[in-house]
Amino acid sequence: MTVVCDFEVLRPEQGVAALLPDGSQVAVFLTADGSLHALDNIDPFSGAAVLSRGIVGDRGGVPVVVSPVYKQAFELATGKCLDEPSVSVAVHQVRVRDGVVELP
Amino acid sequence: MTQTLVVIGNGMVGHRLVEILRDSSWRIVVFGEESRPAYDRVALSSYVDTWSSADLELTPLTGCELRLGEKAVSVDRERRVVVGASGVEVEYDALVLATGSVPFVPPVPGRDLPGCHVYRTIDDLDEIRATVQAADRPGRHSGMVLGGGLLGLEAANALRGMGVSPHVVELAPRLMPIQVDEGGAGLLKRLVEKLDLTVHTGTSASSIERDGSRLIAKLANGLELDLDVVVFSAGIRPRTDLDLGLELGPRGGYLVDSACRTADPRVFAIGECAAVEGVAYGLVAPGYAMAEVVADQLSGGTRVFPGADVSTKLKLLGVDVASFGDAHAVTEGALEVVVNNAVAGTYSKLVVSDDARTLLGGVLVGDASAYPSLRPLVGKEVPAALLQPGGAVDVEMPADAQVCSCHAVTKQTITDAIQSGVACDVAELKACTKAGTGCGSCVPMLKKLLTDCGVEQSKALCEHFTYSRAELFEIVRATRITTFSALVEKHGTGRGCDICKPAVASILASLNNGHILGEAQASLQDTNDRFLANLQRNGTYSVVPRIPGGEITPEKLIVIGEVARDFGLYTKITGGQRIDLFGATVDQLPQIWRRLVDAGFESGHAYGKALRTVKSCVGTTWCRYGVQDSVGLAIELELRYRGLRSPHKLKSAVSGCARECAEARGKDFGVIATENGWNLYVGGNGGFTPRHADLLVSDVDTETLIKIIDRFLMFYIRTADRLQRTSAWLEGLDGGLDHLREVVVDDKLGICDELEAAMAAHVSDYADEWRGVLEDPAKLARFTSFVNAPGTPDPTISFRAERGQRVPVQLGIPEVVR
Repeated sequence: MTVVCDFEVLRPEQGVAALLPDGSQVAVFLTADGSLHALDNIDPFSGAAVLSRGIVGDRGGVPVVVSPVYKQAFELATGKCLDEPSVSVAVHQVRVRDGVVELP
Repeated sequence: MTQTLVVIGNGMVGHRLVEILRDSSWRIVVFGEESRPAYDRVALSSYVDTWSSADLELTPLTGCELRLGEKAVSVDRERRVVVGASGVEVEYDALVLATGSVPFVPPVPGRDLPGCHVYRTIDDLDEIRATVQAADRPGRHSGMVLGGGLLGLEAANALRGMGVSPHVVELAPRLMPIQVDEGGAGLLKRLVEKLDLTVHTGTSASSIERDGSRLIAKLANGLELDLDVVVFSAGIRPRTDLDLGLELGPRGGYLVDSACRTADPRVFAIGECAAVEGVAYGLVAPGYAMAEVVADQLSGGTRVFPGADVSTKLKLLGVDVASFGDAHAVTEGALEVVVNNAVAGTYSKLVVSDDARTLLGGVLVGDASAYPSLRPLVGKEVPAALLQPGGAVDVEMPADAQVCSCHAVTKQTITDAIQSGVACDVAELKACTKAGTGCGSCVPMLKKLLTDCGVEQSKALCEHFTYSRAELFEIVRATRITTFSALVEKHGTGRGCDICKPAVASILASLNNGHILGEAQASLQDTNDRFLANLQRNGTYSVVPRIPGGEITPEKLIVIGEVARDFGLYTKITGGQRIDLFGATVDQLPQIWRRLVDAGFESGHAYGKALRTVKSCVGTTWCRYGVQDSVGLAIELELRYRGLRSPHKLKSAVSGCARECAEARGKDFGVIATENGWNLYVGGNGGFTPRHADLLVSDVDTETLIKIIDRFLMFYIRTADRLQRTSAWLEGLDGGLDHLREVVVDDKLGICDELEAAMAAHVSDYADEWRGVLEDPAKLARFTSFVNAPGTPDPTISFRAERGQRVPVQLGIPEVVR
């Protein structure tokens, strides 16, 4: 279990990055409707650990984050890349307990 | 075996022929008497704006042997050989004469005196300028142009550009007697006389004499003019001094048939030197048509010259003049419908058949905006509405009407291209039909045909807004909405995306809504704006400290070096006279800014849709040639417009003289010093589609200059599409440069006060955005790689050494085949 931050640190429609004990990174997003999503932070197209810095929005009603490097959109709920269906990033469990965001 | 085509003459028409044939199987040899490459002679008077012949040059020719500075001195048709002035002999299988024309100089006594010139070539203009500069008259110089036709008025305009007050002397009773009727010419005279011209019609020069350093011209009507320079611009004659033993037309010119072929089947003539079935034409459009005909013939085709449309639309001294069809109502029984509005300064005359059913021609002066709709209707039925005073000119055009007369493109050809889906916008129409690529006067008609064919030019920003960026700007301005969520809720759908969020963020910033990382705005910003630095491929950022105008003290240079050294940043000089520091992590950014702020810097916008830099040359402070303080102005402009958010990035430059070392004409707004002040150029671009900026105003003082730039920028910010640079915006602006000038110089829309106030608000509200982060703990807290491990370096970022600096280790890409 990894503690990310206090829930109140998150801002709607923005992401933050968290470091896991094994050195991997997770991007955690809070959307405008209050739901939380967590994806691998590494953008598979550039190899850079930047997905947490992407713009959050929707494509045809599907909540997405757009990589700031080459602008591919990833579905927040599934990690699927909408521009390149063969590509996806891993999805992580994320929860809030006692006002603290955690990756179980 | 390869056949050889020799073209004698490297003017616009010869150039066009070679362009058409350059990918053909012909080997092409061109003889050009002038030593410079082919240039746009139609725009000759604009040479005076910059004195740079490069601005007038046509696309360089490739795929041919270009013998510049080599006059063809004889042709041996027996041996099929052209002999050049150097003695070189070139054999031909086909020969095209494109020798153009020579100025007609009336036999006035004294016409050969020093100070008397013709107006035909760039060299002529250089010589006129030398005469003017040598004149020692205090105050404005005085000149005379003999000839009040199209060329004469062009020459008068060129003289004005050199600081000369011109007298225009025309033998006919009115200006532009060939194109314009008496009523139109009367208005034209009134309009040009406001521009420091003195017009003498119905008279001629009877003698020119030298009196010390002056020239004295005596006119037939008894007037005597005291002059510094005389320019003959009284028409042209076909140039046929190269004698091939071929028949000439009744009024000169090599006589050719409708295929532009002389009596010798291997010899053709095109352009102003040709008399097609006996008729010579002095305009470039018929010359281009002849070039097309000969190119077709040489490729085995059978095209013939269709007869020329000698309609003209031009802007002379800022006055619109158009003439088409039977402008002088010489058709038997022709009727005239004249609307002469002396107050508005417009004149229009339509010539119709005796039964008022067929449009025969017309004349427009002062406002020629109806020309593109009217000219194609010549010979067609005339809509009744047109004959009412102030009648609508928005009329249906028959399918076979010619829309583009430069390339003889009919409405049918254009609508076919649209309806078959080949062309969906003006640019595609230009590419596939060539319509609009000549003089460009039919571009508004192309847009209208696109609309008429139901091609919806969708302006929707993205799936969340059906509005264009310009419309959203007006909505935000009118409703004073300050958040994206309120805007998308009231005027859009969904939650937004990476297209509309940054666009709206930019609009909000343009309307002065506080720091771009404010609570409601931070999530809208593209990553560069969100971290106030440039994202690089490995997830690090580069920092580019602002160095206004490129001027920097040694102390500040040392600070930049120390910062780069201490943070291990790769360092490179940019193209915008700045220094780029690469490889900063998110955590390092505020530390770097702190060092810069403490040393009196701010970081700079090398990212984002905002003003980048204002480059400068060193100007009058040091340069032997500079005429104004270009560095001082560049600094003033960069500090004034820094932080201004716009539809796309903005670049600028200031050059201290016409040598243009700062490359200002490649910028969105570029300033070039003149002896009297500044010239402002707008809409320039480097990059993917280079474009030279257009002259908006000339010789203005600094205060006026800044006022006009303020208005120009704000007008652009309000009306451009998302990611539309000023060059594309200006190209697409209805009415183009003239309209822009009417809006931001003449204040035709009455919005200039508002535009200036908006810019004043920007200038007074500007605050250092980077310092704003350092001073706000909430914003500062966002600058961390890991929210759960502040200060821990990102393990994916590593560096190696290259040429003594740190560069990123590539991050295992491409992991995905893209």
